[in-house]
Order: sequence, then structure tokens, then C-alpha cells
Amino acid sequence: MSETGRFNTTNILVVGTGGQGVMTATEILAEAAIALGHDVKKTEVAGMAQRGGVVSSHLRFGAKVLSPQITPGTADVLLGFEAAETMRWRHMLRPEGLVLMNTGRLVPPIVELGLYDYPDDPVTAMRAAGTQVFSFDASRIAQELGDIRLGNTVMLGAISDHLPFPAEVLEGCILKRFAHKKAALVELNQRAFAAGRAAAEAAAKAEADAGCHQLP
Amino acid sequence: MSIAAAITPPPQAAKRRLMSGNEAVARAVWEAGVRVAAAYPGTPATEMLEYVATYPDIYTEWSVNEKVSLEVAFGATMAGSRSFCAMKHVGMNVASDALMTMTLTGVKAGLVIAIADDVGLSSSQNEQDSRYWGRFAHVPLLEPADSQEAHDFTLAAFEISERFEVPVIIRLTTRICHVKGLVSIGERNERAATGFTKDVNRWVMVPSGASRRLPLMFERERRLRAEAENSALNVIEPGSDRRVGFITSGPAYMHVRESFPDAPVCKLGFTFPLPFDLLRRFAGKCEQLLVVEEVEPLIETELKAQGIIVSGKDILPLIGELSPQVLKPAVARLLGEPVSAQAKAVPMQLFPRPPTMCVACPHLGVYYTLSQLRNVTISGDIGCYTLGFGQPWNALDVCISMGASMGMALGLDKGRSDVEKDQKIVAVIGDSTFLHMGMQGLLDIVYNRGNVTVLLLDNRAIGMTGGQDNPGSGRDIHGKEAPRVDFATLVKALGVRAERVHVVDAYQLPVLLRTLRAETKIPEPSVIITNQPCVLIKDYHALRPYRVIEDRCTGCGNCVDVGCPAIHVTRRDRVRKASGREVDLAFVRIESAACTGCGLCLQPCAPDAIVHVDALATPIKVIRKDAELARTPQDV
Repeated sequence: MSETGRFNTTNILVVGTGGQGVMTATEILAEAAIALGHDVKKTEVAGMAQRGGVVSSHLRFGAKVLSPQITPGTADVLLGFEAAETMRWRHMLRPEGLVLMNTGRLVPPIVELGLYDYPDDPVTAMRAAGTQVFSFDASRIAQELGDIRLGNTVMLGAISDHLPFPAEVLEGCILKRFAHKKAALVELNQRAFAAGRAAAEAAAKAEADAGCHQLP
Repeated sequence: MSIAAAITPPPQAAKRRLMSGNEAVARAVWEAGVRVAAAYPGTPATEMLEYVATYPDIYTEWSVNEKVSLEVAFGATMAGSRSFCAMKHVGMNVASDALMTMTLTGVKAGLVIAIADDVGLSSSQNEQDSRYWGRFAHVPLLEPADSQEAHDFTLAAFEISERFEVPVIIRLTTRICHVKGLVSIGERNERAATGFTKDVNRWVMVPSGASRRLPLMFERERRLRAEAENSALNVIEPGSDRRVGFITSGPAYMHVRESFPDAPVCKLGFTFPLPFDLLRRFAGKCEQLLVVEEVEPLIETELKAQGIIVSGKDILPLIGELSPQVLKPAVARLLGEPVSAQAKAVPMQLFPRPPTMCVACPHLGVYYTLSQLRNVTISGDIGCYTLGFGQPWNALDVCISMGASMGMALGLDKGRSDVEKDQKIVAVIGDSTFLHMGMQGLLDIVYNRGNVTVLLLDNRAIGMTGGQDNPGSGRDIHGKEAPRVDFATLVKALGVRAERVHVVDAYQLPVLLRTLRAETKIPEPSVIITNQPCVLIKDYHALRPYRVIEDRCTGCGNCVDVGCPAIHVTRRDRVRKASGREVDLAFVRIESAACTGCGLCLQPCAPDAIVHVDALATPIKVIRKDAELARTPQDV
């Protein structure tokens, strides 16, 4: 991953909808960055968003972070927890930035009422717009592991090989959260993390086989 | 590197923590030796008091509104205890009556008021600049720019408050409150209460006493200005590129510094009273000046009044948050440079995703029922009640501020035109909202014989901010048992006739509809109280989820109109009826992982296609709906 700007800041944008664990995931990424001695800022739009609305969480780290917000067009990574929400925030990515996307869908009532359409194929739409997308169904992986709430650990696993620090640091920060809880929960998150890593790797391989982009 | 080594913080960072601005303020409140803290929740201020409440040596409370919270804090400072209160910007409108006189009496022990502005309107009815209160109330105002400053400025505010015997306002914005950054923290400096000293000349503000205090207030302001001139909270950062010098405050500073790393910057942390001498010195060192502030041109206007030539809102937006993306092209234009074509960052076109009510929210049934009524004007309130204005209910016609649904409803009744004489007026309000500001409005409806039907939606929580407690919930800020107000008794005490007060289960749609129809026909004040808990609080018990029997679903879509997020359309169709009319059909399924079995969706379902998830598909035993809805709590 390249570092951007005069202050050598890495910009990660995590997006999804209320209740998906977007804010927790960003917090864990922040803890990992702090553990490695970075200055860190993290912000999100919460408030009414927790009632099923859009959640976007900005994480910036580096030697010194000033503005907490990522300027549109400068995110290094877009970590999307929901298909359409990933598409909604595509413009935040820098041209050569990376998208890791959960293809799982959360269809809001406004679409169920027939007032708006959910995009047919968010992945293709984003690629058509020139964005590098690595996608997989993190919701299904989480459900197969037994709990949809593991989705955010799966997503963290997926991003873990594409950070400017070792995946083990991030995994350590996740497991630390569950250290005081049941051993089974720790193990479950470990499995979710590994599954996320494997899914991202498989998605990258599929891309490479199809003659598309290479992961950075 | 081993995992353990990687996640163990270096020794010098032992007292550094990743904290939101709200958390950092709370930490400083504890370190400052505060003994009493009060607030009413409101985004983005809510978490400040939630964090303060985690420190056992501080008395904390959720007050019924912001004015009361400020009065409690004021009482504590008179008793010689440092005190704190927090509110969102609109909360200060409520508290201001107390503030405007407190500024005359002054305070004894330190009193700090944190006001959080929702710049960018993430969840508020307006975007107002609370910095005006500094000038309006003649109290000092500090503006931190990040979490560390939120912590440090709060400590400084208590010192200033005590030295000048004046309440001090800390002005925060969403991008302080909800931004996490690293904060160096300290320990508590314990302070015993010094006791109340009777002094009617100071503490009783009758006209004669108040007029004697007025000159003291202006004398204090003169001394405060001298303080601001020399305050370490106001900093000049020299820069090599002197074409534009920036004067800025709050989080806007971060955007300026990031966008223009070589420019001279005057960063103001102590922004009322303004340090004019300092600003003149800074002006002399720059070719031209730009004031970068969120939201109003407050510093800009004051500087212009002083004859200092500055640019500001002539090139910067008056609305919303500032950012490097906004600043860079504006400054390029100011310098007459070509505006660099920034990377085209165009959002893709997509459906909106507005906030909605939760799965099984008891308000779903209320708004669904209201949407079925004809000839009704609905006066709404803030919080989750505002959501009723959206799809599919469209069941809210007016909404401005907390508690205002009552007064507006009375006005809609008294001011109605002849053609609207049969229009029914319904006012909707929540439990906490009612206790905050609604009670007086209802009293006015009763006293002035208004023809208004009030829906008091008691869900035992302040739902929108995350389910905080209030006198209607039966718990205090620590979750401990507290006296619980009886709303039926309360509204009767306000003068609503006992026959006109009904308590209805929010999930019993036919009863709700019947009661609403009956009460809106009677030309006198009536109150319908719904009594099911918010799904976010522990009083709520989930039931067995439901599912749809596909063969039975006729695609009528009635259940979709309830608006529950657990209902999904699987297939749409359009058929021509015998009458020739075209009808849209929507066949549905219920997301069983989300459904908590409230039973709202099955009530308008004509073909009885919705059954418990574990019910046998055939034969379907059609249970009487009222029996089906008997809510026996059980684990799922």
C-alpha cells in the first residue's frame, strides 16, 4: 500500500449500515495502528444512522494525522460491509485504491416499497467505473460459521493482508477484545478471520485468472 | 515481530488512550474534581454524560431537560462543588433562560457547560452556531479542535470559571464529539465542596440586585479579553508562505493545517472575548487574511467591525462542514490561481437509505394506523417520532422542536379555516419528549379547550439516542431502579378528563384504530397512551419469529405498508382485475433472523399467510388474532 499526502497518512474507509459492526471493525483497525506507534484519528457519522441508515467510518493513521475525515478521492482502501453501500462510497477511493466488498445485501424498506431499485450488479457497475474490486459473500461465510455478527471479523480478515503491517497484529487486536469471554468465541473469531483472509485471497486469484487486476 | 510485542504499547504511551472528544471531556471533568454533572441526551452530546456516569465519585443524572440540567449544575456550584452539564446545540435554546441570569450572578466553584453543535445536520432539526451564546450571555467560550484539546480545554475551562467566577462554555462539534484520537490523560484532583454562603444581593436576581450586577459583568468581560490576549489557548503558528494568513477555530483548524502546511495560522481556542491585539499583530504579518470557521461568520464579523480586513464567508460556504476539498479551491480563487482540476470524485447514483424504525418497533403500528385515517392533520415531535413522516407511513405533517407537537396542534385547531372544520388534529409525542417540554403544551390544550387527540407513545426510553432512561423508564442513569411516572395519572392531573384517557397496547392495531376513530370524533382533549417498550431496551422481550406461507400470499402488500424492515419483497407482479383496474402485487418473505414476532404484519394480512416459523405448513390452524398477539415473554 502506498502512503498518501505530505503527512504520509493511510486512509481506510469502512462502510455499511447500522448494526453491521462497522464502527467496531474500524476501532480494531485503529487499535492495531496505535500498537505500531502511529498517530490515529477515527470518525463516523452515527446518530440517526443507527436506525438502519448509512454508516461510514473514516480511519486515518500515520506519523501525524490532522483532519479526521478522508477527502473524496484519497482513500487507500474501501472496506464495504454491504454491496450497495460499497458502491455509494466508491468516489472516496483514490484511482488506484482497493475495494474489498461483501456482496451480501441489506435491502431497505424504501426499496421493498418499490420506490427505488437496488442495483442489479454493484460489482460490475463499480468495475465499469474503473474501480478495482475484490468481492466475496462475507455474510454467507459468517452465517456458515454460525453467526451473522461474525461478518465484521471476516471483513477484517479480508483486509489484513493489505495493510502496512502484519495480519497477526490485527488478529491480535481482535482476539484481545474477546480475551475475557468464552474460549469458543475466541476460536470462532479466529476462524472468521482466517475465512476472511482465504476469501480475499480467492477473490484476488479469480481476478488474476480472469486477467484482471493484481492485488497490490 | 511477535503478536504480543506488537500490541503492547510503548512505555511513553502508557497514559495515552484512543478517545472520542466526548470521552475526553468526560475524563477531564473527572480529573477536574467535578462532583455534580447533569444532562439531557442529544446527538452528538449524549456520550459525554454517559462517560462521566462511569466515574463513581461524581453525582450524575439524566435531567428531564437541558434547562433543569443547567439549574442542577448551577445549584451545585453555589454549594461550592465543581459542576458540569452537557447538551446539544438545540438544548441550549431550552437552557438559555437559566443561563442568561446565571451570567449575572456568576458562579462559585467552577461550572463548565459543553455544547455540541451538529454541524452538517447528521441528526438534528437545524444547524445553529452555539458560539453566539458566548457573546449573548457574556460568558467565555473555548473551542477545542480535537480529542486532546477537548480534554485540555475542559481543564482550562474550570480554572477560568473559578478565577473569573463565571460559567464557561466549551463549544464542540460532531467532528470533535465523534472523532477518536490519542489523548494524554491525568489523574483526579479531588476537591471538597466549600459550602453555600447566603448572599441575597448575589444569588437573588430581582431587578435591583440584577442591575447592580450588570456593571460587574462588563468589568469581568474587560478582564476576560485581557485573559484571551495572553491565553495559551490562542496560538500563532508562523509559516513561510505569507500570501494568506488563516484565522481559524475548532476542527476547521485541522483542515487548514492539512491543506496549507506552509501558511501562517492563528489558531483560536479562546474565541469569546476575541483577542483583537493578538489578531492585529497576526494581520500585520500576512498579505491577506482568511477566516475559516464553522458555521456562521462570527469571528469574521467581529474582525471587520474592528477594521481588520479579512475574507471569510464571501468565499467559503455558510452551511455544513468545512474540509480540505472545500478550502483548497476557495483559497486558489482568492489568490487568483487556476483551480486545479481535482480528481473527479463523483458519487454513483443509488437509492437513498434514510433512517427507519426498528424491526418490531411499537411505533410501527401507531404510524401504520395513522396512515389509515382520513382527514387528519398530524402534529409531530422530534426523535423516533419524526420517522413517521417517511415512507411508507407519510403520517406526520409538521415537526419543529422537542415538545412542540402539543402547542402546534392547539394552534392548528384554533387557527383552522372554515373548509377544515371537520379536520381531525392529532398530536404525537414520546414519553421523554412529553416530560421534557410536552407537559406544558398539553396543559395549554386542556386549559384552552383545544380539540386535539394526543398520542403519547410511551416506550420507556429515549429511543433515538440509544435508549437512555428518563422518569418514565423506572431507572436512573446507572440503570438502578427509580420512581416511575404514571402517565395516565399525570395527564389526568393536567386536566384531561378520565374518560378521555386510554392506555392501548401498541401492537393491537384494531383497538388502536377504534380508539383513535372514537377520540378524534369527540371535540375535547383526549390522550391515548401506548405502553410497549422500545425494542432496544432490556424491557423488550422478543417472541417467536413469523414466516410467510408462499401459497397463501396473494401479493396484496398490506404487510409491506407496516414498514417493518424484516419484510422483504420476493416477487412483484401486475394484474388486471375484472373491473379493468390494474393492481400491483408484491409477494413477500419475512427475514426470520430479524423478526421478533411482534405480530404487526399479520394483522392487515387478509389471507392469513403469516404464521409462526415453526407452525406446520398444512393444515393451517387459523388462530384468533387477538389470542395470537397475547405477548408472553420468552427466549428465542
